[in-house]
Amino acid sequence: MFGAVFVLLLVLVFWNINTGSVALSPQEIVELLLFRRGDDTALRIVWDIRLPRILAAMILGGALSVSGFLLQSFFGNPIAGPYILGISSGAKLVVALTMIFFLGRGLVIGSVVMIGAAFVGSLLAMGFVLLLSLRTQKMSLLIVCGVMIGYICSAITDFVVTFANDANIVNLHNWSMGSFSGMTWSNVAVMSIVVSLTLVVTIWLAKPLGAYRMGEAYAHNAGVNVKALRVMLILLSSLLSACVTAFAGPISFVGIAVPHMVKVLAGSSRPQILLPGCLFLGAAVTLFCDGIARCVFAPTELSISSVTALLLVPVVLAMMLRAHRHV
Amino acid sequence: MKTDGTKQEEQQNRAGTDETLLKLERLAAGYGGVPLLEDICLHVKRGEILTLIGPNGAGKSTILKSITGQLRRLGGSVYLIGQDIDTMTRKQIAETLSAVMTQHARTEYMTCREVVSMGRYPYTGSLGILSEKDWRKVDEALLRVRADEVADKDFMAVSDGQKQRVMLARALCQEPEVLILDEPTSYLDIRYKLELLSAIRELAAEEGLAVVLSLHELDLAKKVSDTIACVKNGGIERIGTPEEIFRGDYISGLYDVEKGSFEPLLGLPELARVEGEARVFVIGGGGTAVDTYYRLQRQRVPFAAGILSANDLEYPIAGALAAEVFVTHPYEPPEEELLQQAMQRIKRCESVLCTLPEFGQYNIFNRKLLEYAISEGKTEALR
Repeated sequence: MFGAVFVLLLVLVFWNINTGSVALSPQEIVELLLFRRGDDTALRIVWDIRLPRILAAMILGGALSVSGFLLQSFFGNPIAGPYILGISSGAKLVVALTMIFFLGRGLVIGSVVMIGAAFVGSLLAMGFVLLLSLRTQKMSLLIVCGVMIGYICSAITDFVVTFANDANIVNLHNWSMGSFSGMTWSNVAVMSIVVSLTLVVTIWLAKPLGAYRMGEAYAHNAGVNVKALRVMLILLSSLLSACVTAFAGPISFVGIAVPHMVKVLAGSSRPQILLPGCLFLGAAVTLFCDGIARCVFAPTELSISSVTALLLVPVVLAMMLRAHRHV
Repeated sequence: MKTDGTKQEEQQNRAGTDETLLKLERLAAGYGGVPLLEDICLHVKRGEILTLIGPNGAGKSTILKSITGQLRRLGGSVYLIGQDIDTMTRKQIAETLSAVMTQHARTEYMTCREVVSMGRYPYTGSLGILSEKDWRKVDEALLRVRADEVADKDFMAVSDGQKQRVMLARALCQEPEVLILDEPTSYLDIRYKLELLSAIRELAAEEGLAVVLSLHELDLAKKVSDTIACVKNGGIERIGTPEEIFRGDYISGLYDVEKGSFEPLLGLPELARVEGEARVFVIGGGGTAVDTYYRLQRQRVPFAAGILSANDLEYPIAGALAAEVFVTHPYEPPEEELLQQAMQRIKRCESVLCTLPEFGQYNIFNRKLLEYAISEGKTEALR
């Protein structure tokens, strides 16, 4: 399975480099990539615009899928995800407020501050969901609440963005819809550091996660420190989705659909398979969706969430129906 | 286990000793910081089975959950092989104590073998990869509970009985000394109930495990347990051997049985008797009339039964269901007065049923009753 995903990734990278206002031949691409040789404009387009964007889509797509998997483990439910539980929107709101605050004072915001703001927003929204989860064990109710939180946060964000008439903030609108455009190499550097550090910690959770998937009681009986694991799950999944939201805005459904796709493809629920599986398939799926967002109505770009929703909602629906059949 | 000869021998040798593997000292247990039970003291030795019985909501599960640590203890101590559980690491506890729980297990895309392999958790490295030895333990555990034929099937796809055996295998491959089972026989049909309890009995003896379980099936509790603890009114109301517990009306009292009764000798629960004056007289004995008693009970016909010897196997059932029973001392003919009373009763009944195919030398009095009934014309609906 991993072989197939790698081949898919490679094909997608190639396709994404080639897609856009400037068409390139395969030979040109190879030369541009490997020897940095070729037309000056093409060189700039590929190296300064397309490559960072491709890498960002891959890194963030992988991060989003892993974040979704961690949340699903936490709630013991396959429908959980950072977007549907309102966590992405919480991050979006705090990031928007921070941006306005900083830009209003003529300050420049670094990526790290953005991630920090998104992390705070994620944790706030997550805290809200957790408070609710203390009162109800019903996942359906929790998801409805998550969607509500999402709407409220988005509404407030829109409000703030509309009334903040700074030219810079116009960009906010694009960002708040979710997009990978305008990624720079320094963005890619920061996100790859944050994501890989988080992933390293996550790998050490694979073992307790494996025991935890059967349920809290069973994990406890096997000797898992359940409380510590739950705290780690919340922190790591929030950090990953915060990183995504800080750079690309909220992206819908990748976090739910990809872990499910990996489970079906691999026929397994072992975290040792799911974690790398989510990372790579998440990268592939997100890259594919970004490619579609860029090229279908070129030169107009679609928001990434429109594409992911359109392509991934059927997957989620199929999964929900299947889950119902089992219960 | 099987290939691990030394450990098996060691455990078998120790099975005979009086080593206490689990001890609860003045345990207080409950939810949300409010103690539901207090002052629980229990101990289980190697090779012994302790069963908790008691009405719903009395706190059997609460006690078990407090032992496994799933529920925070509200007081008292738990000792595992003489060591205070509070001084042990999670790993040490997991290597000593394992449990089969009532909680639903989520097993998405998990085969039975994989479910069992979760029991190796305390023994694997930090990445959770099972070694060859670990997998061998998994297979041994599956074999031990005779679930090896479903090993590669999806856990969701096997029957409830097999699921429970797989869960038992999971607990076993954790190589515990103490095994906790919370209502392991719920939802199982009678065959699986018997199989599972036999397996547990076998494990206790052969692996030298100390077993604590809770059961709702009193008849089975009586047969499987070395010790029975009755949980009621915030504590252990009574503890003892099955013979000590299943005596007289104690069980009916324990469960506050009002509509019906519990027969302690055979362990049979009976529905409430039909009240009212007897309309049918049943001449039975030796078990021949049991079906008739149950049929009359279902049809809600009050009946009298007799004349039974006090040691007749159907006497307890007649005693529980009949409006009136005529009973004589074992191996002795009835007093003339009893015979007269029975005849009076027959006279007032609408009909008489006799389930005895023949009367022997020692049952002349029942033949007399039947002859009297015929002469009174009460037997037109005979048998």
